[in-house]
Amino acid sequence: MCRQTVIELSVNNHPGVMSHICGLFARRAYNVEGIACMPVNGGQTSKIWLLVDADDRLDQMIKQVDKLEDVLIVERYDSGHPVFAKMAEFVQ
Amino acid sequence: MKMSGAEIIIKLLERQGVRTIAGIPGGANLPLYDALGQHGGIKHILTRHEQGAGFIAQGMARVSGKPAVFFATSGPGATNTLTAIADAKLDSIPVICITGQVPLSMIGTDAFQEVDTYGLSVPITKHNFLVRSAEDLLRVIPEAFRIAASGRPGPVVVDVPKDVQMAEIEFDQWPEPGVPDRTPELFAGEIEHAAAMINRAEKPILYLGGGVIQSDSASQAVAVAEKGAIPAAMTLMGLGSIPSGHPLNLGMLGMHAARYTNLALEECDLLIAVGVRFDDRATGKVSEFCPNAKVIHMDIDPSELDKIKTAHASVRGDVADVLKALLPHIERQNRTEWNSRIEALKGAHPMLVPGADDPTSPYGVILKAAELAGDQAIVCTDVGQHQMRTAQVYPFTRPRHWLTSGGLGTMGFGMPAALGAALAAPDKPVICFSGDGSIMMNIQDLATAMEYDIPVKIILTNNNALGLVRQQQDLFYGKRYVASNYGKCVDFMKIADGFGINTYDLGNCDDPEATLARALAAPGPALVHVPVSPDEPVYPMVAPGAANSQMIGGENHV
Repeated sequence: MCRQTVIELSVNNHPGVMSHICGLFARRAYNVEGIACMPVNGGQTSKIWLLVDADDRLDQMIKQVDKLEDVLIVERYDSGHPVFAKMAEFVQ
Repeated sequence: MKMSGAEIIIKLLERQGVRTIAGIPGGANLPLYDALGQHGGIKHILTRHEQGAGFIAQGMARVSGKPAVFFATSGPGATNTLTAIADAKLDSIPVICITGQVPLSMIGTDAFQEVDTYGLSVPITKHNFLVRSAEDLLRVIPEAFRIAASGRPGPVVVDVPKDVQMAEIEFDQWPEPGVPDRTPELFAGEIEHAAAMINRAEKPILYLGGGVIQSDSASQAVAVAEKGAIPAAMTLMGLGSIPSGHPLNLGMLGMHAARYTNLALEECDLLIAVGVRFDDRATGKVSEFCPNAKVIHMDIDPSELDKIKTAHASVRGDVADVLKALLPHIERQNRTEWNSRIEALKGAHPMLVPGADDPTSPYGVILKAAELAGDQAIVCTDVGQHQMRTAQVYPFTRPRHWLTSGGLGTMGFGMPAALGAALAAPDKPVICFSGDGSIMMNIQDLATAMEYDIPVKIILTNNNALGLVRQQQDLFYGKRYVASNYGKCVDFMKIADGFGINTYDLGNCDDPEATLARALAAPGPALVHVPVSPDEPVYPMVAPGAANSQMIGGENHV
């Protein structure tokens, strides 16, 4: 079993941001196992949580995500994040 | 003020200092063209294909270092721009493509000439916008210029629905023009650590890339090389960083480098990588690239550091700032032993140039044109054997005078990029080396050259084949020349003549040198036709995926 990591992104909230982020992972053949996204502060920005396998390309992926104009903050939670623990209840 | 979205765009472009825009109108960007015509401060170059418009913008941006703009309509207009945009992304060129889009209410209905320009351009731009209101333009246009020119430059697409172009809005004041972000602050520790490694090294080599050109730091790179007596190799994109006649110049490295360049890199103990991204055409098999060397990597883009090769020391920053900060820490040294070793390698494994004295040979025509055009000339190429030969032997003396499609390797780049170069630098001679395969990919813009009387001199070496493809088939596919020879010959003289371009044929004249001189001296655009053999390979060559030490051909049998 691969170790998994959660990346938490603060992003601008407009149509297209999700495709920038998911496209970045997809075209590097790096699967995103889980996604959660919610608007914050009235919807100007959103938080996105990505659940990904922590392979040796992850540092490079995070640098690439950080480069996107619409990504404001990137945080990494190597020991998991409760958002996915709670979401897991809905997909049992 | 009350203005339409289209007028706002044109005014904002004027305020950014844009004076020339290439493009093609269509239904979805006609309001923009109407505003362009009514305000009159910007010259428009009507191309015959949107890809040509994109490469004209690239030519202007590569020569000036400033973002250049091009226009296309929705649908096929927008899809035609994609190759030029992707090319700008891989070579880090600041261009802004403004496309028309179907009205907002029709987006997603498969309307006439609708295509998801935003979605298509996501992976090939630095950033892109789908503008949703005329008010947004006041923020988006300056942002596009800021993003294109900041940090590592790159292309930006701004997709503007037709109703947004037509909407009229009231606003009080113009936004400030978009300017590049300040360059990132350097860490003194990184600089000092790098300097200490350089001072300690016995056999260092500078490895200079497009970042040196982009950051206008060629003179700093030369200063570091001279102070430390450090030989310097360049990537395809870095050519011009160090004058070709400079004693520390090692020329281009990689797939088509001179033997001595790759052999020197094999022996170096420290590789100082400046504004490069360790492209496989430069490194060859990366695990065997500079096998004995520690690596210092300097780049403004943190995602380039440790991407392909893990550096022993990284320096994050604009390489102009980095080299400036580094210079006082570099010890003045002679490194006599190392430089004599390089001289010995140059003597034993020189760059062999068959036909150098013959202006009708593939190399000879490049050298003769260089001699005739003088050292102010801007040199563009298409992609193929002529491109690699030019990179190998052209005597480059300064940055921003060498325009070639490095990362994407786009056939069709050269001629429209040369038009852009000539528009950006009307006082300089512009030469474009092309091949018969490449020029066909954007030959329609010969009409653009003719219409605006843009004095580019196209030197077309014609082997009636896809030369580099054929060369790979020769070396690696058992000489099975599948689809690399053209069955019949096209008469390029007649074609160019039909486009209203002056033509000169070096294959059918008494004095090729005088004919070439006449072509270069004549006003207006010209096509010089040079028939060459398809059986003249570009050597040396490193097989794709092989180590740079495994070079084929170009050996010195004395």
